[in-house]
Amino acid sequence: MSLKIIVLAKQVPDTRNVGKDAMKEDGTVNRAALPAIFNPEDLNALEQALRLKEQHPGSTVTLLTMGPPRAADIIREGLFRGADNGYLLTDRAFAGADTLATSYALSMAIRKIGAFDLILSGRQAIDGDTAQVGPQVAEKLSIPQITYAEDIQSVANGRITVKRRLERGVEIAGGKLPLLVTVNGSAAACRPRNARLIQKYKYAQTPSEKQASADDYPLLSDARRACLTLNEWSAAHVGADVEQCGLSGSPTKVKKIESVVFQAKENKTLDASDAQIEALVVELITNHTIG
Amino acid sequence: MNNLFVYLEIENGRVEDVSLELLTKGRSLANQLECRLEAVAIGSALDTVGEQVFPYGVDVLHRFDDARLHPYTSLPHTSILVKLFKEEQPQIALMGATSIGRDLGPRVSSALFSGLTADCTSLEIGDHEEKKAGKTYRNLLYQIRPAFGGNIVATIINPENRPQMATVREGVMKKEICDANYRGETVSHDAGKYVSDADFVVGVIERHIEASKVNIKGAPIIVSGGYGMGSKEGFGLLFDLAHTIGAEVGASRAAVDAGFCEHERQIGQTGVTVRPKLYIACGISGQIQHIAGMQDASMIIAINNDPAAPINAIADYVITGDVETVIPKMIKYYKKNSK
Repeated sequence: MSLKIIVLAKQVPDTRNVGKDAMKEDGTVNRAALPAIFNPEDLNALEQALRLKEQHPGSTVTLLTMGPPRAADIIREGLFRGADNGYLLTDRAFAGADTLATSYALSMAIRKIGAFDLILSGRQAIDGDTAQVGPQVAEKLSIPQITYAEDIQSVANGRITVKRRLERGVEIAGGKLPLLVTVNGSAAACRPRNARLIQKYKYAQTPSEKQASADDYPLLSDARRACLTLNEWSAAHVGADVEQCGLSGSPTKVKKIESVVFQAKENKTLDASDAQIEALVVELITNHTIG
Repeated sequence: MNNLFVYLEIENGRVEDVSLELLTKGRSLANQLECRLEAVAIGSALDTVGEQVFPYGVDVLHRFDDARLHPYTSLPHTSILVKLFKEEQPQIALMGATSIGRDLGPRVSSALFSGLTADCTSLEIGDHEEKKAGKTYRNLLYQIRPAFGGNIVATIINPENRPQMATVREGVMKKEICDANYRGETVSHDAGKYVSDADFVVGVIERHIEASKVNIKGAPIIVSGGYGMGSKEGFGLLFDLAHTIGAEVGASRAAVDAGFCEHERQIGQTGVTVRPKLYIACGISGQIQHIAGMQDASMIIAINNDPAAPINAIADYVITGDVETVIPKMIKYYKKNSK
């Protein structure tokens, strides 16, 4: 049985490597100082999709992302890792979307893509850690969900069996397709399938990227070999009601953002000498903090 | 009508700590809002839930007792909450930021088109003025959470949509009985009226849930390691110190992500919040997302070879030196001086 699989992915700032220059003086985030990456758990989801494709010949893996134009990087990366095609959902109307407005836009794009058997996504994105978009998309599409997946054990006869990794154990859940599965970071890492695909997709561009490079190098772009075109959709393309997108479609509003300042304490500084460490340990024992 | 609801997580007939913590917080918010605190129990064999939750100040317990509702699966629990919330019109709904609450909350919020904020570290009541529209909103739920990997703290509100939904991790709120003799009312619902057969398309085939082996939340002393421990083997040193002085081992997110330590031990915004009497931070630089989960420790010792590490600012004692040198010395002098 061949499967139509859609993988939801997000381009995120690499918040795991936040350095000292990540925050500006005024307390806002210095996005330029953070590299933009393929959200790690979405790669785990892509890997599960590619494995299913290998097990079920004739299956297709379609990548879908929503973000600014530069999120086309995610599509390129997904393609050379082995996805069959990809869509970038990008529009100013999507700006400021909370998880609910995001899931609405994604669900409209999924309807436009058409019939599917399985939707996969990472459990959560590292810039928000909310884990909300997957289940919210499932609800919008009226399909069931299995979250916290570590391994898709089997897909057969229209049914799926999934091993879930929970806080205090594991659960094996089974369900009927179509269905949405969110994948944990504890699942297998994503391995590119074919290195030659990198060359094929390196120069693939979205229509807006082609336009931009044609503006910059009008002569060059004509001369260059015809490069692949990536699919780019706006709100209108997917028939989304702009009132339900972006800021206006978001029930949650940010009232205030503060950079975090902790009350500094007066402290004693010790060096690593035997005398100072013994004195500290003795003090802790004497005042019954330890022992 | 317009009360505050808490979804209860129940395992083996026992209401989980995270839910009792939310009831404690919910009770104080309900007092402020002058509304009732209501709890929702969905599962099977729920006979003792009432006596477990009433001391936390629950005014109404909604009980949905049906063999098919345990173990938890997304759709039936979603159907019940969505329908119940449509009937009861709560102003606020809280649930644990657990694998259940984080599966259920988004589904319910998507169906009701209500805002949901994940992993709140603080919940407050306050007003909001929308200057452009010339509107003032009274008594909104301020949902406060670190964002962007913990580098900023955001206050989120849902001005228009109800219920205002939030999830909170275990250990973030304090659990406190408000009155041991408090007695609320139990409403037993017919679950069959809330769920349909189609809700049971996903089933649990096998389940191995263990009682937590690690109890860092309740440990009086925590020895915690960060990326600066260098490796999984480096963490062995922390276990040695912990065994010697009777402590639990914790870890920062960076250490867990690097595979030095299991996720269960992670302390911080995306892990556990702890309040031990002594916290020894070893090779932890002190990202905000970590500090948010341990700053309430009575005493903090920071061991780090970087004298400018941010964690030093909140420490009572700063030991500047290599963890590989300092920790064995602490073990040695503890053994020498303790009796």
